[in-house]
Amino acid sequence: MATSTTDFPSTRWPPGPAPSTPRGALLVGCGAGFSGDRCDAARPVVDALMAAHEPAVLIFETLAERTLALAQLARERDPAAGYEPLLADLLRPVLADCLAHGIRIVSNFGAANPAGAAACIAALAAELGLREPRMALVQGDDLRGDEHRAALQQACGADWPAARVVSANAYIGAQPIAQALLEGAEIVIAGRVADPALVLGPAAAWHGWPWDDWDLLARGTMAGHLLECGSQVSGGYFADPGYKDVPDLAHVGFPIARIEADGQCTIGKPANTGGLINAQTVKEQLLYEVHDPAAYLTPDVVADISAATVTEVGPNQVRLGGVRGHARPSHLKVNVCSERGWLAEAEISYAGAHALARAQLARQVIATRLAGQGTLRCDFIGVTSVLGDDQSQWLEKLPTAAHAARDVRVRWAWEQPTARAAEVLLREVNALYTCGPGGGGGVRTQLRSRLSTVSCLIAQDLVECGWRWWRAAGEGA
Amino acid sequence: MNPNATVQVPLYRLAHGRTGDKGNRSNISVIAYHPALWPVVEQQVTAERVAVHFAARAPSHVERYVLAQLQALNFVLDEMLEGGVNSALNLDTHGKALAFDLLQMEIDLPTDLLIHCKGPQEP
Repeated sequence: MATSTTDFPSTRWPPGPAPSTPRGALLVGCGAGFSGDRCDAARPVVDALMAAHEPAVLIFETLAERTLALAQLARERDPAAGYEPLLADLLRPVLADCLAHGIRIVSNFGAANPAGAAACIAALAAELGLREPRMALVQGDDLRGDEHRAALQQACGADWPAARVVSANAYIGAQPIAQALLEGAEIVIAGRVADPALVLGPAAAWHGWPWDDWDLLARGTMAGHLLECGSQVSGGYFADPGYKDVPDLAHVGFPIARIEADGQCTIGKPANTGGLINAQTVKEQLLYEVHDPAAYLTPDVVADISAATVTEVGPNQVRLGGVRGHARPSHLKVNVCSERGWLAEAEISYAGAHALARAQLARQVIATRLAGQGTLRCDFIGVTSVLGDDQSQWLEKLPTAAHAARDVRVRWAWEQPTARAAEVLLREVNALYTCGPGGGGGVRTQLRSRLSTVSCLIAQDLVECGWRWWRAAGEGA
Repeated sequence: MNPNATVQVPLYRLAHGRTGDKGNRSNISVIAYHPALWPVVEQQVTAERVAVHFAARAPSHVERYVLAQLQALNFVLDEMLEGGVNSALNLDTHGKALAFDLLQMEIDLPTDLLIHCKGPQEP
């Protein structure tokens, strides 16, 4: 554990022991909910945080299950890469104001290379004429090294991949984030942490929550759960015209949580933004990716929302209550990603008279040409596609004769061990131009490598989590 | 009006929901739009009916959780995503569309509750 002293200008969060009297609320805004989210989303959030004149944190959640393996592959190609590719674009609009107003930034945008992300931010600060931010790097999640191999193999058992392992990362908890903030970090850069830890870390640090007060930790965790997908709680990914209407979705505002000392949290969004926060949007996000509502497992606590309440307390203001917590699990979840085969996808359109019959014939032609070479999925986009199944049971039951589809896009998907083998599908579909049913057009093909993920559990005490200052290892010297 | 009269309406008039995915497991929330509709949703959207609805996907297990305070159900469907985001051949490897598929389920609604439903008022 790093214990550097802070020789930087003081900010609003004095380091030291837990406050003896309860502090006022902490505001936590979200600037991104996944890798690829809008880069202009954080600006209105930071404007709102500045206007509030209260202690505030801005989080960016940019690391889905698969993103880290892709980042690890990027780092293999370029040792300076492997962090969030849009990092500079995400921070450029807000970095100066966050530093000037003491708004701490906490994110997992470090992905496979937190030190690389810090170097990118240092370069961005220089470009903007700013002083270098005080940056902390969270470490311990990356278990790809040989020293962890035996423990992981044992934990995965028969699921251990035969192919080359690309990444192995534990979902670690909020304590290193909280410690770094208390030591004065202005930007905390993590790789794989549990997504809600991006919010629990700042909340626990600010309010001085003990790491065994399960109810408080669970409340901070569920506040994080509501924020971690960006606008999915504030009107994004919600609209169903005529049933669930959302104002000005094109400018949906990203959420800001107000977290009190007792863990109660109210979700709001910046003024003059689109979107919607009501009981419905919050309930959808509260249950998103939750399995047993009484046992939402995180590295820090088992959160229990079985008695949770959601209350509209004002326009675009919803309070979450009734969250309870139970002792944290003894084990951490680890995702191990390995190389997999190649996915070939190819499409062609049949439109106008007898479109579906011609599409069916094209399907039969390709199925005959590639018979016996693994699962070949076929979709009729415009008739049945995403609701179908890989075994084509749904498609087989389609009443083709009666179906009046006039505009069908046929799509095939096929996985093979090598790129060379997978390319055969692309050539076969391309050949439908001259050898297939009449009138097929618009062939598009795509070939890409795939990854495989297995999850296992590893004892918390086998994973050494912590943090250190950027440049402590001589980076950028 | 016959107090026992019912009318068949799609679930999307009574409830909304969202799909989440973790690995090869899918979870689908079903949330009543109105307190008066909640008992109907809770009674009719059973784990058994959800399993039948998704029979083509052949989930190995369907678990239903009831969140009475939220007037919501949470369904967890195991081995639902044909391997999950890394291995399914589906265009929608996450199964993002599954909640809107489930919302097409037909519900027998007491006619006097129609006024609480979303969408056009004529059945």
